[in-house]
Amino acid sequence: MSVTTASFIDPAAAPLPPPSSFWSRFRRNPVAMTSLLILIAITLTAIFAPEIAPHNPMRSSLRAVLKSPNAMYWLGTDDLGRDVASRLIFASRLSLIASIQALSIALIIGLPLGLISGYAGGWTDIVITRINDAIMSFPALILAVVIVGLMGPSLTNAMTAIGIVYAPRIMRVVRGSTLSVREEVYIMAARATGCSDTRIIVHHVLPNIVGPLLVQSTVLLGHALLAEAGLSFLGLGAQPPQASWGAMLGQAFPYMAQSPVPTIAAGMIISVTVLCFNLLGDGLRDSVGRVRRAGE
Amino acid sequence: MSEAPLLEINNLTVQFPSVHGWLTVVDQVSLTVWRNEIVCVVGESGSGKSVTVQAAVGLSQAKGARVLNGSVRFQGQELVGMSIRQLNRIRGADIGFIFQEPMSSLNPAYTVGEQIAEVVRRHKGAGRDAAWKRAVEMLDRVGIASAATRVKDYPHQFSGGMRQRVMMAMALACEPKLLIADEPTTALDVTIQARMLELLVEFQRDSHMSVLFITHDLGVVAKIASRVVVMYGAQVVEQAPVVTLFRAPRHPYTAGLLEAMPQVALERGHDPVAIPGVVAQAHAWPRGCRFNPRCTLRQDGPCTTDAIPLTSYGDALSRCVLTGTLTAGLARAEAAP
Amino acid sequence: MTIPALRVENLQVEYTVGKRQLRAVSGVSFEIGAGETLGLVGESGSGKSTTGLALLRLIDPAGGRIYLLDTDVTTLKRRDLRNLRKRMQIVFQDPYSSLNPSMTIGQLLEEPLIIHTDHPTSERRAQVASALQSVGLTPAHAARYPHEFSGGQRQRVAIARAMMVRPELVVLDEPVSALDVSTQSQILNLLRQIQKDSGTAFLFVAHDLAVIRLMSRNVAVMYLGEIVEQGPAARIYDQPAHPYTAALISAVPVPDPARAHMVGEIILRGDLPSPLDPPSGCRFRTRCPFAMPICTEQVPPPTNIAGGGVTACHLHQHGPRLDGQPLGDFLRLGVAP
Repeated sequence: MSVTTASFIDPAAAPLPPPSSFWSRFRRNPVAMTSLLILIAITLTAIFAPEIAPHNPMRSSLRAVLKSPNAMYWLGTDDLGRDVASRLIFASRLSLIASIQALSIALIIGLPLGLISGYAGGWTDIVITRINDAIMSFPALILAVVIVGLMGPSLTNAMTAIGIVYAPRIMRVVRGSTLSVREEVYIMAARATGCSDTRIIVHHVLPNIVGPLLVQSTVLLGHALLAEAGLSFLGLGAQPPQASWGAMLGQAFPYMAQSPVPTIAAGMIISVTVLCFNLLGDGLRDSVGRVRRAGE
Repeated sequence: MSEAPLLEINNLTVQFPSVHGWLTVVDQVSLTVWRNEIVCVVGESGSGKSVTVQAAVGLSQAKGARVLNGSVRFQGQELVGMSIRQLNRIRGADIGFIFQEPMSSLNPAYTVGEQIAEVVRRHKGAGRDAAWKRAVEMLDRVGIASAATRVKDYPHQFSGGMRQRVMMAMALACEPKLLIADEPTTALDVTIQARMLELLVEFQRDSHMSVLFITHDLGVVAKIASRVVVMYGAQVVEQAPVVTLFRAPRHPYTAGLLEAMPQVALERGHDPVAIPGVVAQAHAWPRGCRFNPRCTLRQDGPCTTDAIPLTSYGDALSRCVLTGTLTAGLARAEAAP
Repeated sequence: MTIPALRVENLQVEYTVGKRQLRAVSGVSFEIGAGETLGLVGESGSGKSTTGLALLRLIDPAGGRIYLLDTDVTTLKRRDLRNLRKRMQIVFQDPYSSLNPSMTIGQLLEEPLIIHTDHPTSERRAQVASALQSVGLTPAHAARYPHEFSGGQRQRVAIARAMMVRPELVVLDEPVSALDVSTQSQILNLLRQIQKDSGTAFLFVAHDLAVIRLMSRNVAVMYLGEIVEQGPAARIYDQPAHPYTAALISAVPVPDPARAHMVGEIILRGDLPSPLDPPSGCRFRTRCPFAMPICTEQVPPPTNIAGGGVTACHLHQHGPRLDGQPLGDFLRLGVAP
């Protein structure tokens, strides 16, 4: 039976096809790649703002109020004579940090609730889902305004409010993905191995819902940025002298007739960033979707 | 044989796009189906058996495949390059299909009667009543009890085995000259499979149609086939009349498949003799004989350098340089202690 | 007198379908000796896989007792299940879905050790490496992900994972039916080797009686949630005492065209009845070619069979006799070689 024993040493076991990876699919999506590059550029700008900004964003010069763009002030100056370009560059810090802050809060609330709801099922799921549906039926920005109204206007409060408002969206995506992952045979296999529920959720469910979670988070970053801009525009977010893109838009807006460039610039940068987040999210979704069964 | 073959596939080469570029999944495959015979195509996953047949009737092109070269003649008509419209007139009428997944092959939104009648009306130009009658008759013939009432049921109201028989009724309703069955019994229980095969053979005998049956199960082949085509690594490695194939397999792969069957091991009273290694894959076909990394009879040099041609030995074809030097009955020789 | 590795008494499993209780397993009893294999065979819907899951308490039984050596599995508290999982493991049918795609092979194999042992990391890694070797893979494979492997290789990983903590019993739920034919016997041989080395008892669940016969010392045949025949594998395969067993055997196609069409072939008509409404008397009577009036009225009592084992069929006490012997003794006549 020499042939029989040959089956235990598997000479052909080694050569494996290089898997078609998530990244190799993503890389071939020009729109998503461009969005990613733009977002990286914006992030780098935010990090290295002091090196990049041509002027001190806080220094006002009463002799240079509402200047049109020129060689010294690329995008002109605002009503207090501060350099708009420099302020936009510095404001990117606040806008991005604020968005991340909101997303983090949404994740901290939504992720565990979604996991528990999807994994446990039954009454736990019904109760969590109902509360979730109730919150989601309010218009997001109005709800945020109410929460900020209660907590008092500050950027942190505004972003906490937005995080709370967006938590149900995270929760819904996480719950949905968890529900389908829960039915996979490898979850039953994990139970058969003796994994505790906590271990199953952390080691077996979570890594397999990262894809949809990443997509939703990316899109929500864009939404949070927009919501921050909205609240700051209304004066409920960033407080002077802090500058976020939304706050700048709010400040520049009354002077639109005399000096339209700051308003347009702030509006543009908000739109472009939000658009990039959305397109990146779409690209991620397309690449993530087919990752699982690749190589079969 | 003086009359022309019903289906003649000649040097068919099919490629699929992948991350590795275009992969050749069917490599110069030729096979012929005469009237009134059952031809089985045997192979494992990745052997190209399904793609060969699907590409031949223009079905895999929709999934992104391209036919690189070769010709497919059905009743003397060339199918490669034919328009979808013309193909549709042949498919379903002169060529019937049964696939592995009976659930996804039936439309859940219509009753099975409507679906069978629709096919009959489209291809035979039958009237509404005649088509409906035909649907009932066909359901009855495939052994569905109280066909006259079941014909108004939806696919989900049938069990897996019954759905597959419904598919069969649909495929045969227009009295095709050729039935293409792609692993139609693989998802079924053995008892249900036995019934399906019995029905299939019965139909074939009564109507003198031809069947091109794709399977991975040599037991099924022994039961129904008149001729067998064995595929491995996108190529035909052996082709023979059924009795010859089982009595004296000419290719080591065929012999290995037979030896690996639990039924054979049981009769011989020893462990099944496994074919070592893993199935060859399209992005890395081995040099020379595609089966050589797994072959216990491999000779470095003759088997590992040049592509091996398909050579005829008596009433069989084999793609192995050793076939000539081996005694007839490779399986038996190999199993000897 | 040694106690069996596993003893199951009158096991009941129920599912709730809508508002009704579906009894998937009703009154199943069997024993598996230490280091032995019991083959559990039946069609889909017979309750064989459910039985396997219930043994591990992956589904909670509705009644009956399960003893692993002297531990009563059925009364274990939820938190004591972890200890049970160290002693009893399972390998699932489809290795494409039973391995977590986001974990490496190394992580998958290490996990049981993390849960059940306090071995330091270095020792766990060494154990993973040797486990990979014992199933025919190499330690280098530990860093790879499941999708990089073929079906047979994945099933090797699943087997290695189940064997990591040296369980006393492993449930093998159709471990080869999703694999390519040429790799199936590799896995069967691997399992036999592992059992020889480790002395682990197996419950081998399958629908293919030839595979079961090859792998097991004893066999239990399930139909609609009940065991209809039980006994030594050799006797059951050569002289089935229940018509359902005989039908299952004759449904497995013989890889020999000369013997493929035998007179004694039993082909079942009709479909599996709904388990929500099992037939009265003998559950198999609706498909049984030998059904008699008594089969409708009375549940067949267990009858001891001469070659060993038990069956539940009226043919052994009632009905026609042949040469003074009950008809039940001749069920395999036409199929024997």
